[in-house]
Amino acid sequence: MNDEKRKLIYAAGFLSLGVMLLVLLVLNVAIGSSKMTLSQVMQILFTREGNNSAIVWNIRLPRLLTAALLGGALAVSGFLLQTFFGNPIAGPFVLGISSSAKLVVALTMIGSLARGVAVGSLGMILAAFVGSMISMGAILLVSSRLKSMSLLIVCGIMIGYICSAVTDIVVTFASDSNIVNLHNWSLGSFSGMKWSSVGTIAVTVLATLALTFLLSKPMGAYQMGENYAQNMGVNVKLFRIELILLSSILSACVTAFAGPISFVGIAVPHLIKTLFRTARPIIMIPACFLGGGVFCLLCDLIARTLFAPTELSISSVTAVFGVPVVLWMLLKRQKSKEGS
Amino acid sequence: MAEAILRSNGLIVGYSGTPVISGIDISAESGKILTLIGPNGAGKSTILKTLIKQLPPVSGAVYLDGQELNALKPRDIALKVSAVLTGRPNPELMTCGDVVATGRYPYTGRLGILSEHDREVVAESMALVQVTELRDRDFNRISDGQRQRVLLARAICQEPRVLIMDEPTSFLDIRHKLDFLYLLRRLVLERQLAIVLSLHELELAQRFSDTVLCVRNGKVDRMGPPEEIFRGNYIAELYGVEHGSYNAELGCVETAAVPGEPRVFVIGGGGSGIPAYRLLQRRGIPFAAGVLPENDADLPIAEALASEVITGKAFEPVSAEAAEKALALAARCEKVVCAAESFGTMTAENRRILDWAKEKGVLLPAEELNAL
Repeated sequence: MNDEKRKLIYAAGFLSLGVMLLVLLVLNVAIGSSKMTLSQVMQILFTREGNNSAIVWNIRLPRLLTAALLGGALAVSGFLLQTFFGNPIAGPFVLGISSSAKLVVALTMIGSLARGVAVGSLGMILAAFVGSMISMGAILLVSSRLKSMSLLIVCGIMIGYICSAVTDIVVTFASDSNIVNLHNWSLGSFSGMKWSSVGTIAVTVLATLALTFLLSKPMGAYQMGENYAQNMGVNVKLFRIELILLSSILSACVTAFAGPISFVGIAVPHLIKTLFRTARPIIMIPACFLGGGVFCLLCDLIARTLFAPTELSISSVTAVFGVPVVLWMLLKRQKSKEGS
Repeated sequence: MAEAILRSNGLIVGYSGTPVISGIDISAESGKILTLIGPNGAGKSTILKTLIKQLPPVSGAVYLDGQELNALKPRDIALKVSAVLTGRPNPELMTCGDVVATGRYPYTGRLGILSEHDREVVAESMALVQVTELRDRDFNRISDGQRQRVLLARAICQEPRVLIMDEPTSFLDIRHKLDFLYLLRRLVLERQLAIVLSLHELELAQRFSDTVLCVRNGKVDRMGPPEEIFRGNYIAELYGVEHGSYNAELGCVETAAVPGEPRVFVIGGGGSGIPAYRLLQRRGIPFAAGVLPENDADLPIAEALASEVITGKAFEPVSAEAAEKALALAARCEKVVCAAESFGTMTAENRRILDWAKEKGVLLPAEELNAL
């Protein structure tokens, strides 16, 4: 593949992601239980007037922005973890990071509700971040002892199960009526977002994304292996810490607001790699962010319209679309291993 | 004396504070190849890893251009030292060109975008190592020989002054081993690089190194030019060879002689006896050889494999006295084999052994050795 052809692929890739994102944004505003025509929606968007103005501005817009931002954050977080562990099926959900974040957030919410104080959105992110770091620490401890990647994944899944089980128990026995919300959240959902939350999400995710993008150079070196990266002049210890912190902030942000969402972190980076035919971080980071947004907007659209007015949990939809992608990837890798 | 770019002083290397090898005083000079040899597990890799700061020294220090390695930033080291490591990196979806370009890491800006000059250096390095045609191929789908060359191009692309390589020729076939080492020679001569590498192939270490460093039993056993190291029985000692021997002058391994009284006497000379010696050794038949002048091509092999060898003076005709000794020895054997096709002035006396054997009826045609 020569340089010209590459540039063409990258341009085509970003263009198609951009178009898909735009189309899905429009569909997500326009489609819902209150029927509206496209021109009505446009009028509401530009004038803030009309019958359904509140639905568009207070329900649909915050929701779709959240889905796009958090979907992107999840995909990038997955890509960072895959680079870190050199393992294509690493991701915040599989490694149990989402689940332990969920547990700490649930405990924080219940604890604060019992005392009658509400936790702000930043507090939620912080709680989720603490949760992420706990399981991340456990995973790192395991990975320093065990070199086998499949065992690492098994450990992650085990941590995920324990955390989910404890969360379920806590939610079941919590008596407050507010727990109903908690139950919805613990399954994963983009619903009920306030503009203030959207602001917090946007600032956190975009700032972290910018920092991540600045790490794309050492990340590229790290794909050659830790030893080569060091030989090229990467401060490997510092880099590893930065990578873990950034990916944990991203997945913590998702878990704090939308609960655990499965398979986006694995499926999207793989789809992007296939589409762009590269794993270069400088391309992957922005492309995964866009791709994650597209993927989650599509899944959320399906989650809330397929059996309307009943809403599906976002995780069940992402799993339905994500798992086949992951399986396809594993089969393809096995084939290329046998081929070479 | 050439300039020492990378050197160590009273260095002790090891893992997590436990010393593995001590007394390492290495000096990597520009325009020279320094080769580490020694048995498996002796710690050659441990030394190399310490030289590129992947392991902290247990004691002592490594100096790069007079500055202690520990005090230097990763980038400052990367500008001067590059490496070809053991183990196969498997970067995803990277072409060979991409892999080579990673060598430009210390030179590119914040986002690692290659400049026009960087691209030129990448192209030059690939041309030098002759991997230009692999540029657009997937790095994970090339052969072992190609992979080592691409990794070497990557290391060169980093424009280092010192090149460190851990067993770069393992897994290469003989042609690619030679090509690879010739390439290193060229780099040393043309670019005045200092090269430090470890090798398992002793014959290559002997032929391509300027200095050889021998690691054994937790210390640097010897260090010197190959002419000093590859002499006498030292190499067999270094590796603790028990079965067979290592011929330092020829640079080849030899099996051990079959113990016991000789059963066959081989008349050889000028290299003609070697196939017979090897055949008898393989079949476990002890044999004697003679009369071989001291400068005969047969002699090193005969000395390694035969139970007894009758020799004559170099550049002198075989003496009647030596022929008598040989005849006495042949009389103790069951059979005599004549591997020599003809006899010249120097080996005229050997004909007497052949005639004696014919007369006695113990002559065995060389082609019937297999049936013995």
